[in-house]
Amino acid sequence: MRDDVGMQRTRGSLVPLGLAFVAALVSLVPLWYLFVQSLSQGLQPFVDELFQERTLSLIIRSSVLAGGVTVASVFIGTFAAWVITMSGLPGRTPLTIAFSLPLAIPSYLSAFAWISWQPRLSGFVGAFIVLTFACFPYVMLPVAAAMSRLDPVHEEIARTMGRTQTAIVREVILPQLRRPIAAGALLVALYSLSDFGAVAAMRHEVFTWVIYGAYRAGFNPTRAATLSMVLLAAALALTFAESFVRGRNDPAKAGAAARRRDSRVRRSWIIIASVGTVAILAPSVGVPVINVIEWMGRETTRAVSWSTVWQATGQSFVNGLATAVVTLLFALPVAWCAVRMRGTLASIPERATYITHALPGIVVAISVVYVGIRAVRPWYQEFPLLIFGQVVIFLPVMVISIRAALEKTPAMLEDVAHSLGTNATITLMRVTLPLALPGLLAGTALTMLAAVKELPVTLLLRPTGMDTLSTKIWDFSTLSDYAAVGPYAVAMLILAAVPTALLGTLSVVKGQRS
Amino acid sequence: MKTFRFRSIAAVALVALTLGACGTSSSSEPEDTSLTVYSGRSEELVKDLYAAFTAETGITVNARYGDSGEMAALILTEGSSSPADVYFSQDAGALGAVEGILEKLPQNILSAVGSQYSAASGKWVGVSGRVRVVVYNPTLVPTPPTTIDELLDKKWSGKIGFAPNNASWQSFVTALRVLRGEDEAEKWLIGFAANKPVAYEKNGVVRDAVNAGEVSLGLVNHYYLYEKIAAEGANKIVAKNQYMAPGDVGGLINVAGVGILSSAPHKSAAKKFVEFLQSETANEYFRTKTWEYLLSNDATQPEGLPSLSELKAPSFDLSNLKSIEATQELLQKVGLLTK
Repeated sequence: MRDDVGMQRTRGSLVPLGLAFVAALVSLVPLWYLFVQSLSQGLQPFVDELFQERTLSLIIRSSVLAGGVTVASVFIGTFAAWVITMSGLPGRTPLTIAFSLPLAIPSYLSAFAWISWQPRLSGFVGAFIVLTFACFPYVMLPVAAAMSRLDPVHEEIARTMGRTQTAIVREVILPQLRRPIAAGALLVALYSLSDFGAVAAMRHEVFTWVIYGAYRAGFNPTRAATLSMVLLAAALALTFAESFVRGRNDPAKAGAAARRRDSRVRRSWIIIASVGTVAILAPSVGVPVINVIEWMGRETTRAVSWSTVWQATGQSFVNGLATAVVTLLFALPVAWCAVRMRGTLASIPERATYITHALPGIVVAISVVYVGIRAVRPWYQEFPLLIFGQVVIFLPVMVISIRAALEKTPAMLEDVAHSLGTNATITLMRVTLPLALPGLLAGTALTMLAAVKELPVTLLLRPTGMDTLSTKIWDFSTLSDYAAVGPYAVAMLILAAVPTALLGTLSVVKGQRS
Repeated sequence: MKTFRFRSIAAVALVALTLGACGTSSSSEPEDTSLTVYSGRSEELVKDLYAAFTAETGITVNARYGDSGEMAALILTEGSSSPADVYFSQDAGALGAVEGILEKLPQNILSAVGSQYSAASGKWVGVSGRVRVVVYNPTLVPTPPTTIDELLDKKWSGKIGFAPNNASWQSFVTALRVLRGEDEAEKWLIGFAANKPVAYEKNGVVRDAVNAGEVSLGLVNHYYLYEKIAAEGANKIVAKNQYMAPGDVGGLINVAGVGILSSAPHKSAAKKFVEFLQSETANEYFRTKTWEYLLSNDATQPEGLPSLSELKAPSFDLSNLKSIEATQELLQKVGLLTK
């Protein structure tokens, strides 16, 4: 019976599989450009550029940074998730919102805040601090969602069998958190390989630094494309590592109604949680926000044009929302195939969406320029191509979020619907999507949050004359006019509060109530 | 019916093509009502200038703003189908990088500036200049150095501020490499590094640090001081600019410049735009709004600035600024760029 239904499911999967491959092709668009450009001088220069000592030292520096940031983010993110869901500290929703806020702060802004406050941090330490405190929410969000679904019954059983608290954490709790941790860690690792803002301000030489330099100072796109190949390979390796860590078991269970955790408040936990909260929020939110507020008080010759601030805010909102919605449509079939279908074929689209995520924004932007002006000339420098470029960047963020959401909805319910004669589309619309809805909304909110602060793709692909918050912030900061940056940075934080609040509400509180 | 429609479309297309072809081939194009400028210069610095051009000529300026270097990559990636007519770059290096797809400028445009401020190939022309200076705090330093070799004196140890990421600083080092040779340049940089200069994120921050007395001297461009004076008032500012001795490489003049793309769809408007950037309206704008140097030999400079002939900046072919990447490698080697 089980096999029979399984067969049915696979047969009805051709459409989503096809759509997933379309989405994969979208995210692989940069490869077209990268291959053409990196081999434009022939194979030998490509090989020479790649195989030199400098490349090796860059690989080490980038790995150390990405690895360090990932490990630190896993610890901080898991701890933050524990604070929100299990510590008993009151104010779950505001806490989640506060902990998610770093996602709304562009790395170049917080890096500049840090470096102007503590100039000595420049180098690895500064880049590590900025990236870690920017990235830990990527781990926190999925882990918090998983923690709020933990069924305390398992822990109680272990306890009655005489296991110590440490053993329970190791043998019962952590295995259930392995998948969300792995998923979050993958996003953190890919993001820290691709980020330029933090390493630029901190002057820490890694791949992105050299790639940007090849464009801005070397005027050498071939070199930039060649070095980008290494990042592609690194991303590919990371996706395999992640799928190895997460394994193949299916943790979703029907009627996943977690029982309420006993609400005894432990004093020591509250103290640890409170201290930890301050220790996380001060560097991740406090430092950048205090700086931005301080900028507002500086003197400038440029009067704040509130109508421009307002317009840019509206444009950022529209761009962010459009990006999030289109990304959701592309990501759904990819995540669905990854969760519901067996075999390598079904996992190809998912991997494909991840590998371009380690590329610096400028590389994705130039790639989309290259392909766009050749393939879809009428859309070039128009809104659709801008959104397309953003989709390429944010597909992985969305795929990972909704993959978790789909994993939560038991396949069994779909099987039941099938066996009752419901066709695939109706099952999707009436069973799968409603169950996964909170997760889908959370993924959309997360993507929107990340899209609002995006700069390189917006800068190069926006329709001529379009201003967003991130382009205005960039424009004024190139002039070192931080007094003028202030209002736009504040607007960005306020705008980000909308998706963050949605995220906070959906990802934790919903799970807790069931 | 179908054939008929196809034919009429073809006919219309043919007419349009012919008209289009006429349009691009004839030298005067009265139908140019708009123009696309890829602007590596910041929107805040030039948007009023572009608006003045539109007011004067009726030609709309579609300005795309971005980093000069990234814009160069953008133009090269777009190739011949680029929508850009004009590339207005923050520095000469980026212009040099795209020379291959720029058109030779008319002689009247080239000869409006001193010959050292345009490309030897005639493909781009400097619009405004910035001079490297030592900004100093007179309460800490009564007599600031006027040559870069004086900066190596041990008495400045830990007292010089600079912005390692800044393009103008890297242009200065490029000039140093070209004018003194790689070995001498490296020697100077090692000496400079040994003097423990204080690295800041940006030129503006260097200036602020000097003004506040955190460091005594700063290596920046001349106009940063005037920006601060305009923002806060002359009476509040302590720091002063010291121009370098005649011929000293530390007093390099960098330019922002402009070129017209060979593929430009609106060439006549593009030429008008470049001519406008050399007009008295534009000169007055650069004098009073950005405090930059004007590049024709007889131009009136912003108030309080020494004339170009008084400065006697080192003679340096600005197209060398294409080799910034080699400069960055040298800076890295001596430990002055990344960590």
